Amino acid sequence: MGRYVIRRLLQMIPVFIGSTFLIFFMVFALGDPVAALFGDRAPDPATAAQIRKDLFLDEPLWKQYLHYMSLTFRGDFGTAFNGQQVTELMADAWPITVRLTLVAIAFEILIGITLGVLSGLRRGRAVDTTVLVLTLVVISIPTFVSGYVLQYLCGVKWNTVSPTVSPEAPLNELLLPGVVVGLVSLAYVTRLTRTSVAENVRADYVRTALAKGLPRRRIITRHLLRNSLIPVVTFIGTDIGGLMGGALVTERIFNIHGVGYQLYQGVLRQNSPTVVGFVTILVIVFLVANLIVDLLYAVLDPRIRYA
Amino acid sequence: MTLVNEPIPQPATPAPAGPLLDVRDLHVEFRMRDGVAHAVNGVSYSVRAGETLAVLGESGSGKSVTAQAIMGILDSPPGYVTGGQVLFQGRDLLTLGREERRKVRGAHMAMIFQDALSALNPVVSVGAQLGEMYEVHRGMSRRSARKKAVELMERVRIPAARTRVGDYPHQFSGGMRQRIMIAMAMALEPDLIIADEPTTALDVTVQAQVMELLAELQHELNMGLILITHDLGVVADVADTIAVMYAGRIVETAPVHEIYRAPAHPYTRGLLDSIPRVDQKGQELYAIKGLPPNLMHIPSGCPFHPRCPRARDICRKDHPPLYDVAPGRASACHFWEETLNDE
Repeated sequence: MGRYVIRRLLQMIPVFIGSTFLIFFMVFALGDPVAALFGDRAPDPATAAQIRKDLFLDEPLWKQYLHYMSLTFRGDFGTAFNGQQVTELMADAWPITVRLTLVAIAFEILIGITLGVLSGLRRGRAVDTTVLVLTLVVISIPTFVSGYVLQYLCGVKWNTVSPTVSPEAPLNELLLPGVVVGLVSLAYVTRLTRTSVAENVRADYVRTALAKGLPRRRIITRHLLRNSLIPVVTFIGTDIGGLMGGALVTERIFNIHGVGYQLYQGVLRQNSPTVVGFVTILVIVFLVANLIVDLLYAVLDPRIRYA
Repeated sequence: MTLVNEPIPQPATPAPAGPLLDVRDLHVEFRMRDGVAHAVNGVSYSVRAGETLAVLGESGSGKSVTAQAIMGILDSPPGYVTGGQVLFQGRDLLTLGREERRKVRGAHMAMIFQDALSALNPVVSVGAQLGEMYEVHRGMSRRSARKKAVELMERVRIPAARTRVGDYPHQFSGGMRQRIMIAMAMALEPDLIIADEPTTALDVTVQAQVMELLAELQHELNMGLILITHDLGVVADVADTIAVMYAGRIVETAPVHEIYRAPAHPYTRGLLDSIPRVDQKGQELYAIKGLPPNLMHIPSGCPFHPRCPRARDICRKDHPPLYDVAPGRASACHFWEETLNDE
């Protein structure tokens, strides 16, 4: 197990370097950052040259990347155009997005798995068909549609929740946005659980559990679910990164000042330090989440052993 | 195997008057999309404490379905018990409520399945799977249940039980896994065990050990045993009585040695003739011609008549009842006398 973890961590290094360099390169392709810094005014050539020199922008791209990375590892993500440290922006934005993602995942697990088990145990009946149709509808609706519709219905028409989130983003205000972020994944979790449960309910070990005289509830929770949830846990784990990235749209809709909001602003204003910094952290989150899922897989299924 | 061929020691306490299990005219059908499959059509058999009944038949003969109906673990839908009685210690199990029925399972009658690898839960340790019998039926704590699990594993002679109690099914060999299945069935010392092809998935050498263990525990606890198999070799050593099933019916019942000496039904005879024998090496192996009937369209009259070398007009029209052949022997063949005397 230990050797496996070390190997996986080592494998992360090229992935990390590759993906961050790609981001670095793409942000560079957005245009001249110095021009962006000056906005509509044309910069004074001498000043521009000085800034370029200070920021290593006159060096080749790979040198700039190395310089950036060496600073990053010392915890310096640079300064945004408004003079704020990128690390400060992160300290404000990340907790909000993490909270939003947690709400979304909690929602996926509670509702998605429950619905999946209910329909999986009643395959082919009315409950099952209804759930299948509903999840199909949810999967087909893009987040920006469901986000605006739910915001309008719950926030404006029925006035049950606040349609926008205040800067501190307290948990109760994040409930609706969390639902929006997790909605599509919820539908996938439901379907995945349903298929897995329906498949496992006919398994021999379930029949054994029945023959042992175990109560129905225990058969479902101890025997059926332990097996059926393995693919679901894998899905939820790998989806964490996707949820954080996907929060970009939802954070725009509900005016949440999280990672998505900062990224959007950064791209809009060609604010390269912000964009590269946030994406770098996203890449790390994604890689670590994937590793944890793979390790969790071995915990859930003892037949899988990593050497 | 000497243990089982010795006369059965009589239990100290007097046996109850009636049989332990008395199945009467059991009917089971499977309602499928394309029709109704009549899997069990009026099966009756009984087992006394300490007795071994072997139920013999091809796949699809209804032997496993009968067992599942007795246990109350039929897949329903599509399977339904449509008639008959399952009298267990005098009570008709089919009239019990769901919860009462559950309490009988595992505690009073237990089942051993064919393939222990798929019948054990792959992601739960064997200790937990054994221990939960005590947790659920006896209300024991997890810790004392685990202790009992180790004892059980030692009882079925699994080496290093103490260290292996936390292992998972895939970490055991096939024989050891089947021992764990047996241990699980024995856990609460039930009165009846139904073993559905317990050795089919095992190597021949391991088969003998597992059967020996099963027979030993059966005698120790004076349990009734229903041994479902298609392996005539296994049966000869262990069984007291044999019931041969065909198309959801019993076609012949007899004490084990008599049936081997002189079968009274052409189907039984066919089964016995198709056992490979060393002294017939090189000769073509006998096989019963044709296929078992489709349970959705069971032939009229005697269901075996399309494959029977003895079939005459009456066999196509009249369904043969179980004729009494001798005390404790019956055959569902119009021409059982001819069959019995034929050599």
